[in-house]
Amino acid sequence: MRRSMLFLPGNTPNIIQNGEILGADAVILDLEDAVAPTEKDSARILVRNAIKYMGFGRCEVIVRINSIDTDFWKKDLDAIIPVKPSLIMPPKTSCAQDVLAVDAYISQLEEKLGMEPGSVGLIPLIETALGVENAFQIASACKRVKAIFLGGEDLTADLRCKRTKEGHEISYARSRMVCAARAAGVEVYDTPFTDVNDDEGIYTDAQYARSLGFTGKSSISPRHVKAINEVFSPSLKDIDYAYEVMEAIRIGKEQGKGAVALRGKMIDAPIVARAQQTIQAAIELGLGREA
Amino acid sequence: MGKIIQRATAGTLESSDVLVTLEPAQEGLEIELNSVVQNQFGAAILETVQEVLKELDVQDARISIVDRGALDCVIRARVETAVLRGEGEC
Repeated sequence: MRRSMLFLPGNTPNIIQNGEILGADAVILDLEDAVAPTEKDSARILVRNAIKYMGFGRCEVIVRINSIDTDFWKKDLDAIIPVKPSLIMPPKTSCAQDVLAVDAYISQLEEKLGMEPGSVGLIPLIETALGVENAFQIASACKRVKAIFLGGEDLTADLRCKRTKEGHEISYARSRMVCAARAAGVEVYDTPFTDVNDDEGIYTDAQYARSLGFTGKSSISPRHVKAINEVFSPSLKDIDYAYEVMEAIRIGKEQGKGAVALRGKMIDAPIVARAQQTIQAAIELGLGREA
Repeated sequence: MGKIIQRATAGTLESSDVLVTLEPAQEGLEIELNSVVQNQFGAAILETVQEVLKELDVQDARISIVDRGALDCVIRARVETAVLRGEGEC
């Protein structure tokens, strides 16, 4: 389960080695923006060794490589694919062809290394206006795509507007990303809230993202991880209601009822689907039991 | 053979990192270690450095290691980077 994803700069050992204890469900080891061009070689070797030797406990490992319009991305994949991260995040993904280029190169490496084809997934970072418009094509470009990820900072630069705490300027992009991801059957993650000192703002921003349908949210600061995890976890009230729904359905079937009501409200297929999702999330968090 | 043709550095002096400096030499390996955990882990750090140099087939070089409490895998990464840079590969 990925509620929170925490970016960690790829050339900073003292931060990377604490990655698993910062509370995030996933860490994104960054070889792109957090690393100076003169240190790309150093960072990719450090990240490779970190994945190979450190272990990140229950924390999923994602690596953000450099974009395909640089000379770095193939070298990044050469170094990182052999240590089998869960997901590769290609930045500035603007169309399906961008995804397919990365997919093809990873496939070559997997074959060369004797790895299972498709064992490393992709989570394309969409952070251009063109990328947002092509979000469904990107999300459904190939089976390797497991999720898409919205990058608000670069997007607003491309949109020629100011990034604000309220985020009205990216509301269209957020909704479009969620719709594209769900249509393609993949997960979708929200951009970081960049004011690391605003402990209330992160709750508001994460709650808004969740209300739109995002699976989880990223962060550039460990300070925001707790808020994100709380917002993207089902509440105990939600969990109890989900079990009540499933119990009402079970009883209704036993009694041969075509329609079932709970607390005076009809339980239809979307309510059952949401209840199942809540129970699944609760089980993954150790808060639930099989219905 | 990994031939060091130029002076190269890798890493930093930040906590949990190590600064590796490599220079060409005529004959053999000359390793100088300065570590905040020299008494406890000096021998292990030297062993790690020598292992990486052997893996990369570096036989002649002067190496300075200034360690700030780096983990083994960090030392390995920084030595490898310094060697590749010293060979002119980066």
